[in-house]
Amino acid sequence: MSAAPPRIAVITFPGSNDDQDALLALEELGGTGLPVWHADDRLPDVAAVVLPGGFSYGDYLRCGAIARFSPAMKAVSAFAGEGGLVLGICNGFQILCEAGLLPGTLRPNASLAFICRDVVLRVERADTPFTAACSQGQRLTMPIKHREGCWFADADLLAELEARGQIVLRYEDNPNGAIADVAAVCNERGNVMGLMPHPEHAVDPLIGSTDGALILGSLVEAARASSERHAAAAVS
Amino acid sequence: MRATVLVRPKPGILDPQGEAVETSLRQLGFSVGDARVGRVVDLEVSERDPVAARAEVERMCQQLLTNPLIESYEIALEP
Repeated sequence: MSAAPPRIAVITFPGSNDDQDALLALEELGGTGLPVWHADDRLPDVAAVVLPGGFSYGDYLRCGAIARFSPAMKAVSAFAGEGGLVLGICNGFQILCEAGLLPGTLRPNASLAFICRDVVLRVERADTPFTAACSQGQRLTMPIKHREGCWFADADLLAELEARGQIVLRYEDNPNGAIADVAAVCNERGNVMGLMPHPEHAVDPLIGSTDGALILGSLVEAARASSERHAAAAVS
Repeated sequence: MRATVLVRPKPGILDPQGEAVETSLRQLGFSVGDARVGRVVDLEVSERDPVAARAEVERMCQQLLTNPLIESYEIALEP
């Protein structure tokens, strides 16, 4: 058993602005955060990747549409394809949708307003690597701060995702018009998740909720388990 | 060759921007309905053959310029 903290990459795109908070939160929760610049075409040896919030490429064209073509995203796609854990927060969620690593897309809020406030979320799936520290049906409080957070999928796609249990978190009081109150979705394999709320801004009682620690703490523990499996496989 | 790509929100997709524009136009006294807001991308394409140029712009639309889940597009070419 390795006692070393699990290594988790945080990708910085031009215009990312929550990367430092994500790194800090991961460190506080027992991980080692490794900053990775978007122009790097290889990931360091990590057990998970976080795509942070912000405004990559100024949200030009569509949020995340340009960042998805960065060299680092090719490496992230390959990593996800091998089953690596990938979490996208806010703009990171938008990038994962544009990259086709997550279903659906994020559209302008129904109100057209930028919304910055705490929201209450309901845990729909507590059996993912990103929610294992939560309990089914638990209510979590976390901030949102976005203008393009209205998740959309057409009726057929939504029905498929619901049937496969890919909706991980829902808003209690839908702030942005998202279809079916969706706040977080995962891919079919369950190793990639995106969410609009910001867990990295909710890990310290000083600034309100600590419910974000349940999400990022779950990721750190899943990353730890993954690196221990890796180490065991390398030994045997 | 000059290419113009017209990108529209697909029918049935909620377009809050179009709704806001429609409300404003009504407040100005115009009798309008069903306003939708899209965007235009003008391009100068090096390819001179119109068939090849159109195929190239199609690929641009599918890879980057539009999100096929929510947007439709039209391409116009002129020499």
